[in-house]
Amino acid sequence: MICKKILGKLNIIAQCRSYGLSAWQCPQFLFLIMGVFIILSSVVSYLIGVRFLADPEIVAFVVIIIAAALFIISFATTRSFERLAEASRMKSEFINIVSHQLRSPLTNLKWTVDLLFSDKIKTSVSKKEEYFAVLQENANRMLELVNDLIIVSKIEQGIFPQRNQEISVADIFLEMISGVKIYAEALNIKINFQAQNNLPKIFADPSHLKIIAENLLDNAIRYSKGGGEVDIKVEKRGNKLFFKIKDAGVGISEKDKKLIFQKFFRGENVLRKQTQGSGLGLFVVKSMIEKSGGRIWFESKVGKGTEFYFFLPIK
Amino acid sequence: MKKILFIEDESALQKAFGDILSESGYEMKSAMDGETGLRLVGTEKPDLILLDITLPKLNGFEVLEKLKKNPETKKIPVIILTNLEKIEDVDKAIGLGAMTYLVKAQYKLEDVIEKIKNAIKEK
Repeated sequence: MICKKILGKLNIIAQCRSYGLSAWQCPQFLFLIMGVFIILSSVVSYLIGVRFLADPEIVAFVVIIIAAALFIISFATTRSFERLAEASRMKSEFINIVSHQLRSPLTNLKWTVDLLFSDKIKTSVSKKEEYFAVLQENANRMLELVNDLIIVSKIEQGIFPQRNQEISVADIFLEMISGVKIYAEALNIKINFQAQNNLPKIFADPSHLKIIAENLLDNAIRYSKGGGEVDIKVEKRGNKLFFKIKDAGVGISEKDKKLIFQKFFRGENVLRKQTQGSGLGLFVVKSMIEKSGGRIWFESKVGKGTEFYFFLPIK
Repeated sequence: MKKILFIEDESALQKAFGDILSESGYEMKSAMDGETGLRLVGTEKPDLILLDITLPKLNGFEVLEKLKKNPETKKIPVIILTNLEKIEDVDKAIGLGAMTYLVKAQYKLEDVIEKIKNAIKEK
């Protein structure tokens, strides 16, 4: 039993896989390399020392090379620990976000059920129907969140299916825009959509493009503090379709720019307490665009707004 | 009839509180975002404000700060009703002048209603 445990610990590749890190970012593997290197370097130093004892410059040179190599491996090991610590911090943050997001619809469910059972309220049939509608809406909200989590999990495991077919991106964007129109209008935000004439259809998974459009559109609306305009532009460039989604919102700080595509990350901007989000949207968007052979990037200035750009291959 | 303003972006909670408070003899006004809530405080002159923190346009802290800075509204008792439970958030809200800080998930609906009734009585 103990032997089995020790052998399990020695299965470095499996351990590295469980962290989701490559071998050169995995502490166990780097320690193994460092151990092998130390043993080899000790033997080499001994042999060189014995052979070139009369020529101390060569011995010193070899020792410096060995020290430099050990320094580089130690540096990589430390960096790998930092990555693990960051991943752990983000997971805790994620648990916090998900619990909060589940907590709101759960509270709604709990208090509405309290009302249904309460003898203080005269619950007519129509009132009861209203309460059941609330229960249904909140159950759906929780289901949507859990579905998002499943998408992320599938992306991470590399098992997210892609069912490509010929699709019109303009139709998909117009459908998504009509879905958020009321929400945007309530926040004084106007959405402008401009697609180049005779835009070719592309070969992609429509459900993926919907998720991409929905997330980028939702972010643009959410972070447009106090109204404004969101401009969406699609055009053909060579054998690709080029997309631009521009808002005049709060923008992304320099510190956050490196992190916004990481999963569970939420920006420390002024709207953190005004918007709800799981920190999964941009991670999912980037993964889906790259899986379709495209690329996403952005430009942003705090207080001025953000422009997201992405392209997708036509075929 | 005593008037309560509920600033909360969850329509389900507005419905639940609207029904139970009107059955208990209160008049409830509601706002879905901080900006509208602040405007309604001026026009409706409520006896008590129930305020969420995560709100569109102006968040609960910003609303609370503006309410407590305005001589006309600073005496209106404010109960924070939120699902944020970090101690920094609680301290910040109490520091800004909130009367009580309630974490939604920790209370039954009738307990919250009881606290609202007591707050209005104490006023």
